[in-house]
Amino acid sequence: MSIDLILFLSIALIAVATAVSMLASRNAVYSALFLVLNFLAVAALYLLLNAAFIAIVQVTVYAGAIMVLFLFVIMLLGTEEEQIDGRSKWQMPVALAMGVTLAAELAYVLLSGAGEWGGSFARVGEEFGSPASIGRILFSEYLIPFEITSVLLLVAMVGAIVLTLKRKRESQ
Amino acid sequence: MNIPASYVLTLSAVLFALGILGVLIRRNAIVIFMSIELMLNAANLAFIAFARSFGPATEGLRGHVFVFFVIAVAAAEVAVGLTLIVSIFRSRQSIDVDDVSSLRG
Repeated sequence: MSIDLILFLSIALIAVATAVSMLASRNAVYSALFLVLNFLAVAALYLLLNAAFIAIVQVTVYAGAIMVLFLFVIMLLGTEEEQIDGRSKWQMPVALAMGVTLAAELAYVLLSGAGEWGGSFARVGEEFGSPASIGRILFSEYLIPFEITSVLLLVAMVGAIVLTLKRKRESQ
Repeated sequence: MNIPASYVLTLSAVLFALGILGVLIRRNAIVIFMSIELMLNAANLAFIAFARSFGPATEGLRGHVFVFFVIAVAAAEVAVGLTLIVSIFRSRQSIDVDDVSSLRG
Protein backbone atom coordinates (compact mmCIF):
# COMPACT_ATOMS: atom_id res chain seq x y z
CA MET A 1 0.00 0.00 0.00
CA SER A 2 1.52 3.26 -1.05
CA ILE A 3 1.43 6.36 1.13
CA ASP A 4 -0.85 8.05 -1.43
CA LEU A 5 -3.41 5.29 -1.15
CA ILE A 6 -3.37 5.39 2.67
CA LEU A 7 -3.78 9.16 2.59
CA PHE A 8 -6.63 8.95 0.10
CA LEU A 9 -8.43 6.19 1.98
CA SER A 10 -8.24 8.00 5.32
CA ILE A 11 -9.54 11.27 3.82
CA ALA A 12 -12.28 9.38 1.95
CA LEU A 13 -13.26 7.65 5.19
CA ILE A 14 -13.55 11.02 6.96
CA ALA A 15 -15.60 12.45 4.07
CA VAL A 16 -18.06 9.53 3.97
CA ALA A 17 -18.32 9.28 7.78
CA THR A 18 -19.07 12.99 8.17
CA ALA A 19 -21.63 12.85 5.34
CA VAL A 20 -23.40 9.90 7.00
CA SER A 21 -23.39 11.59 10.41
CA MET A 22 -24.75 14.75 8.80
CA LEU A 23 -27.75 12.75 7.57
CA ALA A 24 -28.13 10.82 10.83
CA SER A 25 -27.95 13.61 13.41
CA ARG A 26 -31.30 14.94 14.57
CA ASN A 27 -29.96 18.37 15.46
CA ALA A 28 -29.54 20.65 12.45
CA VAL A 29 -26.59 22.45 14.07
CA TYR A 30 -24.69 19.17 14.32
CA SER A 31 -25.58 18.47 10.69
CA ALA A 32 -24.10 21.82 9.65
CA LEU A 33 -20.91 21.23 11.64
CA PHE A 34 -20.49 17.74 10.16
CA LEU A 35 -20.95 19.27 6.71
CA VAL A 36 -18.13 21.72 7.47
CA LEU A 37 -15.88 18.76 8.32
CA ASN A 38 -16.93 17.08 5.09
CA PHE A 39 -16.05 20.20 3.07
CA LEU A 40 -12.66 20.36 4.77
CA ALA A 41 -11.97 16.71 3.92
CA VAL A 42 -12.89 17.35 0.29
CA ALA A 43 -10.63 20.43 0.31
CA ALA A 44 -7.76 18.19 1.46
CA LEU A 45 -8.55 15.89 -1.48
CA TYR A 46 -8.42 18.89 -3.83
CA LEU A 47 -4.94 19.64 -2.49
CA LEU A 48 -3.90 16.05 -3.19
CA LEU A 49 -5.25 16.45 -6.73
CA ASN A 50 -3.10 19.55 -7.41
CA ALA A 51 -6.02 21.96 -7.17
CA ALA A 52 -4.56 24.42 -4.67
CA PHE A 53 -6.67 27.40 -5.73
CA ILE A 54 -9.93 25.44 -5.68
CA ALA A 55 -9.02 24.01 -2.27
CA ILE A 56 -8.62 27.49 -0.80
CA VAL A 57 -11.83 28.70 -2.46
CA GLN A 58 -13.59 25.65 -1.02
CA VAL A 59 -12.41 26.44 2.50
CA THR A 60 -13.17 30.17 2.39
CA VAL A 61 -16.41 30.16 0.41
CA TYR A 62 -17.99 26.80 1.27
CA ALA A 63 -16.70 25.89 4.72
CA GLY A 64 -16.48 29.56 5.68
CA ALA A 65 -19.11 31.83 4.19
CA ILE A 66 -21.87 29.45 3.11
CA MET A 67 -21.85 27.34 6.28
CA VAL A 68 -21.85 30.44 8.48
CA LEU A 69 -24.96 31.54 6.58
CA PHE A 70 -26.53 28.12 7.25
CA LEU A 71 -25.71 28.23 10.96
CA PHE A 72 -27.03 31.78 11.15
CA VAL A 73 -30.39 30.79 9.66
CA ILE A 74 -30.66 27.63 11.81
CA MET A 75 -30.09 29.61 14.99
CA LEU A 76 -32.23 32.54 13.84
CA LEU A 77 -35.24 30.31 13.22
CA GLY A 78 -34.62 28.12 16.27
CA THR A 79 -35.65 24.96 14.46
CA GLU A 80 -32.71 22.78 15.37
CA GLU A 81 -34.70 19.76 16.45
CA GLU A 82 -36.70 17.83 13.91
CA GLN A 83 -39.80 16.16 15.33
CA ILE A 84 -40.06 12.49 14.42
CA ASP A 85 -43.78 11.96 15.03
CA GLY A 86 -46.20 12.14 12.13
CA ARG A 87 -43.58 10.94 9.73
CA SER A 88 -44.98 8.66 7.05
CA LYS A 89 -43.86 5.09 7.57
CA TRP A 90 -42.94 4.27 4.01
CA GLN A 91 -40.67 7.28 3.51
CA MET A 92 -37.50 5.79 5.02
CA PRO A 93 -37.52 2.37 3.29
CA VAL A 94 -38.46 3.83 -0.09
CA ALA A 95 -35.77 6.50 0.21
CA LEU A 96 -33.18 3.92 1.24
CA ALA A 97 -34.15 1.66 -1.69
CA MET A 98 -33.89 4.55 -4.16
CA GLY A 99 -30.57 5.72 -2.72
CA VAL A 100 -29.08 2.23 -2.85
CA THR A 101 -30.35 1.82 -6.44
CA LEU A 102 -28.68 5.06 -7.45
CA ALA A 103 -25.42 4.08 -5.76
CA ALA A 104 -25.53 0.68 -7.51
CA GLU A 105 -26.10 2.37 -10.89
CA LEU A 106 -23.20 4.76 -10.32
CA ALA A 107 -20.97 1.87 -9.22
CA TYR A 108 -21.94 -0.11 -12.32
CA VAL A 109 -21.15 2.82 -14.64
CA LEU A 110 -17.82 3.42 -12.92
CA LEU A 111 -16.80 -0.23 -12.91
CA SER A 112 -17.92 -0.95 -16.49
CA GLY A 113 -16.03 2.11 -17.75
CA ALA A 114 -13.00 1.40 -15.60
CA GLY A 115 -10.88 0.73 -18.66
CA GLU A 116 -11.40 4.27 -19.89
CA TRP A 117 -10.66 6.19 -16.71
CA GLY A 118 -9.22 3.53 -14.47
CA GLY A 119 -5.64 4.56 -15.15
CA SER A 120 -3.46 6.63 -12.93
CA PHE A 121 -3.51 10.41 -12.95
CA ALA A 122 -1.44 12.25 -15.50
CA ARG A 123 1.80 13.86 -14.42
CA VAL A 124 1.36 17.57 -13.97
CA GLY A 125 3.81 20.33 -13.24
CA GLU A 126 4.00 22.67 -10.28
CA GLU A 127 2.02 25.30 -12.19
CA PHE A 128 -1.09 23.14 -12.59
CA GLY A 129 -4.00 24.47 -10.57
CA SER A 130 -2.08 27.36 -9.05
CA PRO A 131 -3.93 30.69 -8.64
CA ALA A 132 -1.78 32.23 -11.39
CA SER A 133 -2.63 29.57 -13.99
CA ILE A 134 -6.35 29.62 -13.11
CA GLY A 135 -6.35 33.41 -13.23
CA ARG A 136 -4.73 33.42 -16.66
CA ILE A 137 -7.40 31.18 -18.19
CA LEU A 138 -10.23 32.82 -16.23
CA PHE A 139 -9.40 36.33 -17.41
CA SER A 140 -8.71 35.44 -21.03
CA GLU A 141 -10.84 32.59 -22.31
CA TYR A 142 -13.57 32.76 -19.65
CA LEU A 143 -13.74 36.52 -19.19
CA ILE A 144 -17.39 36.92 -20.25
CA PRO A 145 -18.69 34.03 -18.08
CA PHE A 146 -16.69 35.51 -15.20
CA GLU A 147 -18.35 38.91 -15.66
CA ILE A 148 -21.78 37.25 -15.94
CA THR A 149 -21.09 35.52 -12.61
CA SER A 150 -20.74 38.93 -10.98
CA VAL A 151 -24.15 39.92 -12.39
CA LEU A 152 -25.57 36.64 -11.06
CA LEU A 153 -24.24 37.35 -7.58
CA LEU A 154 -25.69 40.87 -7.74
CA VAL A 155 -29.08 39.47 -8.77
CA ALA A 156 -28.96 36.95 -5.91
CA MET A 157 -28.13 39.73 -3.46
CA VAL A 158 -30.98 41.94 -4.71
CA GLY A 159 -33.31 38.93 -4.70
CA ALA A 160 -32.47 38.09 -1.10
CA ILE A 161 -33.12 41.67 -0.01
CA VAL A 162 -36.37 41.96 -1.97
CA LEU A 163 -37.69 38.69 -0.56
CA THR A 164 -37.23 39.92 3.00
CA LEU A 165 -38.48 43.45 2.30
CA LYS A 166 -41.76 42.28 0.84
CA ARG A 167 -42.94 40.81 4.14
CA LYS A 168 -42.22 44.07 5.92
CA ARG A 169 -44.29 46.11 3.48
CA GLU A 170 -47.24 43.74 3.77
CA SER A 171 -47.27 43.83 7.56
CA GLN A 172 -47.50 47.61 7.68
CA MET B 1 -1.24 11.40 -6.40
CA ASN B 2 -0.43 7.88 -7.45
CA ILE B 3 -3.81 6.13 -7.26
CA PRO B 4 -6.33 5.17 -9.96
CA ALA B 5 -8.66 7.98 -10.98
CA SER B 6 -11.66 5.71 -10.54
CA TYR B 7 -11.12 5.71 -6.74
CA VAL B 8 -11.78 9.42 -6.54
CA LEU B 9 -14.75 9.10 -8.91
CA THR B 10 -16.16 6.33 -6.72
CA LEU B 11 -15.86 8.55 -3.64
CA SER B 12 -17.63 11.31 -5.57
CA ALA B 13 -20.43 8.88 -6.52
CA VAL B 14 -20.81 7.74 -2.90
CA LEU B 15 -21.04 11.34 -1.66
CA PHE B 16 -23.60 12.13 -4.37
CA ALA B 17 -25.75 9.13 -3.41
CA LEU B 18 -25.57 10.21 0.25
CA GLY B 19 -26.74 13.67 -0.77
CA ILE B 20 -29.72 12.20 -2.65
CA LEU B 21 -30.50 10.07 0.39
CA GLY B 22 -30.46 13.17 2.57
CA VAL B 23 -32.93 14.96 0.30
CA LEU B 24 -35.21 11.91 0.40
CA ILE B 25 -35.18 11.02 4.11
CA ARG B 26 -34.93 14.36 5.90
CA ARG B 27 -37.85 16.75 6.27
CA ASN B 28 -36.08 19.76 7.72
CA ALA B 29 -35.77 22.15 4.75
CA ILE B 30 -32.36 23.41 5.90
CA VAL B 31 -30.92 19.89 6.12
CA ILE B 32 -32.33 19.16 2.64
CA PHE B 33 -30.55 22.28 1.45
CA MET B 34 -27.30 21.08 3.04
CA SER B 35 -27.70 17.74 1.26
CA ILE B 36 -27.96 19.62 -2.04
CA GLU B 37 -24.68 21.35 -1.17
CA LEU B 38 -23.20 17.90 -0.54
CA MET B 39 -24.25 16.82 -4.04
CA LEU B 40 -22.77 19.94 -5.63
CA ASN B 41 -19.57 19.21 -3.77
CA ALA B 42 -19.50 15.62 -5.03
CA ALA B 43 -19.90 16.88 -8.59
CA ASN B 44 -17.04 19.33 -8.03
CA LEU B 45 -14.85 16.47 -6.81
CA ALA B 46 -15.55 14.56 -10.03
CA PHE B 47 -14.66 17.68 -12.05
CA ILE B 48 -11.34 18.04 -10.24
CA ALA B 49 -10.54 14.34 -10.68
CA PHE B 50 -11.23 14.51 -14.42
CA ALA B 51 -9.25 17.75 -14.70
CA ARG B 52 -6.29 16.01 -13.13
CA SER B 53 -6.55 12.90 -15.26
CA PHE B 54 -6.83 14.87 -18.51
CA GLY B 55 -3.48 16.26 -17.86
CA PRO B 56 -1.28 19.27 -17.58
CA ALA B 57 -2.53 21.15 -20.64
CA THR B 58 -5.07 23.97 -20.39
CA GLU B 59 -7.69 21.30 -21.11
CA GLY B 60 -7.33 20.20 -17.51
CA LEU B 61 -7.58 23.71 -16.10
CA ARG B 62 -11.02 24.11 -17.68
CA GLY B 63 -12.30 21.68 -15.06
CA HIS B 64 -10.97 23.97 -12.34
CA VAL B 65 -12.63 27.00 -13.94
CA PHE B 66 -15.92 25.11 -14.08
CA VAL B 67 -15.66 24.24 -10.39
CA PHE B 68 -15.02 27.92 -9.67
CA PHE B 69 -18.27 28.83 -11.45
CA VAL B 70 -20.18 26.07 -9.67
CA ILE B 71 -19.03 27.44 -6.31
CA ALA B 72 -20.10 30.96 -7.30
CA VAL B 73 -23.54 29.75 -8.40
CA ALA B 74 -23.87 27.70 -5.19
CA ALA B 75 -23.19 30.82 -3.14
CA ALA B 76 -25.92 32.72 -5.00
CA GLU B 77 -28.29 29.77 -4.64
CA VAL B 78 -27.71 29.55 -0.89
CA ALA B 79 -28.36 33.27 -0.42
CA VAL B 80 -31.71 33.12 -2.22
CA GLY B 81 -32.70 29.70 -0.87
CA LEU B 82 -32.10 30.57 2.76
CA THR B 83 -34.09 33.77 2.30
CA LEU B 84 -36.96 31.70 0.91
CA ILE B 85 -36.73 29.36 3.91
CA VAL B 86 -36.81 32.33 6.29
CA SER B 87 -39.89 33.79 4.62
CA ILE B 88 -41.63 30.38 4.59
CA PHE B 89 -40.88 30.09 8.30
CA ARG B 90 -42.34 33.54 8.91
CA SER B 91 -45.63 32.65 7.26
CA ARG B 92 -45.99 29.07 8.59
CA GLN B 93 -43.86 28.90 11.76
CA SER B 94 -42.30 25.69 10.45
CA ILE B 95 -39.70 24.61 7.92
CA ASP B 96 -40.83 21.01 7.82
CA VAL B 97 -41.30 20.30 4.11
CA ASP B 98 -44.38 18.15 4.83
CA ASP B 99 -46.14 21.22 6.28
CA VAL B 100 -45.61 23.25 3.14
CA SER B 101 -48.10 21.50 0.90
CA SER B 102 -50.57 24.20 -0.16
CA LEU B 103 -49.61 23.70 -3.82
CA ARG B 104 -50.81 20.09 -3.62
CA GLY B 105 -53.84 19.54 -5.84
